[in-house]
Amino acid sequence: MIAPSSSPPPPLALLAEVTHRCPMRCVYCSNPLELVAASGELEEADWLRVLSEAAELGILQVHFSGGEPLARQDLPRLIAHAAREGLYTNLITSGIGLDAALGCRLADAGLEHVQLSVQDTEATGVDRIGGFQGALAHKRRAADAIAAAGLAMTLNAVIHRGNAERIDAFVSLALALGARRLEVAHVQYYGWGLINRAWLMPTIDQLRAVSARVEAARAQHKGALVIDYVIPDYYARLPKSCMGGWGRRFMVVDPAGRALPCHAATTIPDLHFTNVRDASIAETWEHAPAFNAFRGTAWMAEPCRSCDRRELDWGGCRCQALALTGDAAATDPACHKSPHHRAMVELATREASAPPAAAAGDVTYRGSRRRRPRPPAAATSRKAEETCSGF
Amino acid sequence: MTAAQTSAGPGAAVLADVPRFAPHMRLSFDKARSRWVVLGPERLFVPDEIAAEILRRCDGTTSVAAIVDALAADYDAAHGEIAGDVVALIGELRERGVLVS
Ligand code: SF4
Ligand code: SF4
Repeated sequence: MIAPSSSPPPPLALLAEVTHRCPMRCVYCSNPLELVAASGELEEADWLRVLSEAAELGILQVHFSGGEPLARQDLPRLIAHAAREGLYTNLITSGIGLDAALGCRLADAGLEHVQLSVQDTEATGVDRIGGFQGALAHKRRAADAIAAAGLAMTLNAVIHRGNAERIDAFVSLALALGARRLEVAHVQYYGWGLINRAWLMPTIDQLRAVSARVEAARAQHKGALVIDYVIPDYYARLPKSCMGGWGRRFMVVDPAGRALPCHAATTIPDLHFTNVRDASIAETWEHAPAFNAFRGTAWMAEPCRSCDRRELDWGGCRCQALALTGDAAATDPACHKSPHHRAMVELATREASAPPAAAAGDVTYRGSRRRRPRPPAAATSRKAEETCSGF
Repeated sequence: MTAAQTSAGPGAAVLADVPRFAPHMRLSFDKARSRWVVLGPERLFVPDEIAAEILRRCDGTTSVAAIVDALAADYDAAHGEIAGDVVALIGELRERGVLVS
């Protein structure tokens, strides 16, 4: 873990995870298992300073995400501030609570783009994944509000074993809701998605069919709908360039103010994260040990060290390497050169072929266990764990 | 979508078009890196110098013909040559959803 000698080029984008609060409880949520409570969230003034410091350092885009960013009452003010600083502003939302009035406030604040997530094209499927009744109707209303406010929208479709057959329906939904862009992204197995993996993993045949449908839809709707596609790492031959390389393009600030190189970085033991309450964005980017831990190529071992792709994919994802090999500095097992690659593919194949009902009892909704200890009065408000059946 | 995709030369309809950025795309000067960038959702294009000169003029009020005139004057170049470049670039960026008109 050698720090680079010259200062790193500034990041391009800030992922502002303004809250972990969310009305939905998706089984694949990438939020950490230890969710930050509302009382631990950064104050508005801190976020305003972070946004200014980000623009000053050379960051160009800010993605407001969460949790559900709309859970923060000050979100329109944060967006307005980011826009004044010249940052390109994007909101990543579940759409719950986004009505026409709020849509107008967001547009007036200077919001430039909205990413609306849909868990399924069928109402029951959305509720089953999100643990929330009637979510699809809310999302349709949100899409109308977004369109009425004149905001551009991308529909984010998250694909898993239970909805992989509905790619055409996602495309139709995107067109019907007025999206210009559709992101078809297979679940990435971090956070809650990792613990629910056996329930979500598509079969290799499903993956092939999804890829073919995406190709066909791209050709059919050229000029009307841009479709971006993300495959699941478990069936890949090469890893993705996670976050565009560690400490190269992105900075994540979590609801508590911790500055992270990626949103799953807190799973890596022994990394020390600075907090934006104590250190500036510039100082953190350049000097924080967590950002330098896997920056560049000096930390790499074989097979990455001598591989000619090392500056293309930067060895893949550190959090996935940790989750599947126990070593955050190992080659991402999504890479065919990793000694763990075969085991990863076998794991996916095994989990995907289990009958759905067998795994259904094991599904864990986001936030439904491993919560931080709460005072007894509050703890009675929600059941400790819920299971899902009939999937 | 435009004549640029079907023929090499700019048609009259294209020269009369008034291109502007799609609502979610924006040209911005990146001070930290001293360059122009086109910003959009999860994407970023870095136009070369000529492309940046063209894009700076895509303001929703200037026609393609007027952009060609301005560039031909600024660069002291032949009209025909500039027109070909401008129409090709605008056609490509329309197809990628960056510009509309
Ligand atoms: S994935 Fe689901 S639970 Fe997680 S933040 Fe998004 S909508 Fe909320
Ligand atoms: S060996 Fe490492 S650098 Fe080479 S392709 Fe695999 S992950 Fe990428």
